[in-house]
Amino acid sequence: MANHPNALRKCVQAGWGILTNAYIKGFLPGLPPIYQGNLKQVCVPGMNCYSCPGALGSCPIGAMQAVFDGRHRQFAFYVVGYAALIGLVVGRFVCGWLCLFGLIQELLYKIPTPKLTIPAPADKPLRYLKYLILLVMVFLLPFIVRSQYGVGEPFFCKYVCPVGTLEGGIPLVLLNEALRATLGWLFRWKFFLLIMCVVASVFIYRPFCKYLCPLGAFYGLFQKVSLVRMRVDEHVCVDCGKCARACKMNVDPHKTPNSNECIRCRECVNACPMHALSMGIGALKPSAGEEAGEDAPAPSAEAQ
Amino acid sequence: MKREFPLKVTIALIPVAIACMVFGIYRGEVATVLSKAINICMECIGLG
Repeated sequence: MANHPNALRKCVQAGWGILTNAYIKGFLPGLPPIYQGNLKQVCVPGMNCYSCPGALGSCPIGAMQAVFDGRHRQFAFYVVGYAALIGLVVGRFVCGWLCLFGLIQELLYKIPTPKLTIPAPADKPLRYLKYLILLVMVFLLPFIVRSQYGVGEPFFCKYVCPVGTLEGGIPLVLLNEALRATLGWLFRWKFFLLIMCVVASVFIYRPFCKYLCPLGAFYGLFQKVSLVRMRVDEHVCVDCGKCARACKMNVDPHKTPNSNECIRCRECVNACPMHALSMGIGALKPSAGEEAGEDAPAPSAEAQ
Repeated sequence: MKREFPLKVTIALIPVAIACMVFGIYRGEVATVLSKAINICMECIGLG
């Protein structure tokens, strides 16, 4: 029973992954290998390579770079505005509920092996790596570095993104003999990164999301201002620490309920024996004590 | 109690994000995104 909320999330993650990668014809030989319709004008909210044979929408990170690295050096107002809007409404809820690559990492983590927790002195600086990747590989390098023909490159997609290799590269190479003939060092490098990511996911919960994902970093910037937020009712919380122990992203929801690292999976909400944690629009309903301020009587009888 | 940004901040920022989107659409960025997305991105899949 306790796993029902988590099962719901897994269903949503899987359902969304299937829905946004439902172009079956892309997987059939002899037809255009990817979807070429107008839906691709719109980005899906999560990481989803638009070169996946089944992809119906665009990837926000790929689309940002596509505008940045164009001949005219334009800022990607459309995609950045779109991603900012999603961040302002739901924050990293997308990571927890609407990202297929996140689901894949979670399923890999279910493989029964000893699990690793990166020690805090290494974990904290590593968490900043995704912001560096967002700034340098998504925003700056595609904008600044130009080839002799005056166009840039999608640096993150080209040199790092394991999602593109998994969802786009491997299926297309398997389905297309002509592409197989062109494999070189870049594919081997990206395949190596993907394998590292897959292996790490068996031992560490969502390592790509924690340390590398530029889209998670972008949405994380909006966590504290997003409409959908976490809230701790301090008048009910007994500081038992169960929420922090339940959080696989290593957040302490009691101290930082809207941490940049929280993917809003609600595992802390389900773990709280006092129902002190909640997630919803804005600050949700404050408890009677909080509404009335410090002088209000403790809502002991009602809260229990 | 944790310090939180008031909802007013969020509600003020949402139109800014929408305005960014609209400006990008007006400038023709949707066509750039579409043209990139309907062709196999060789760099993305590790062949470029």
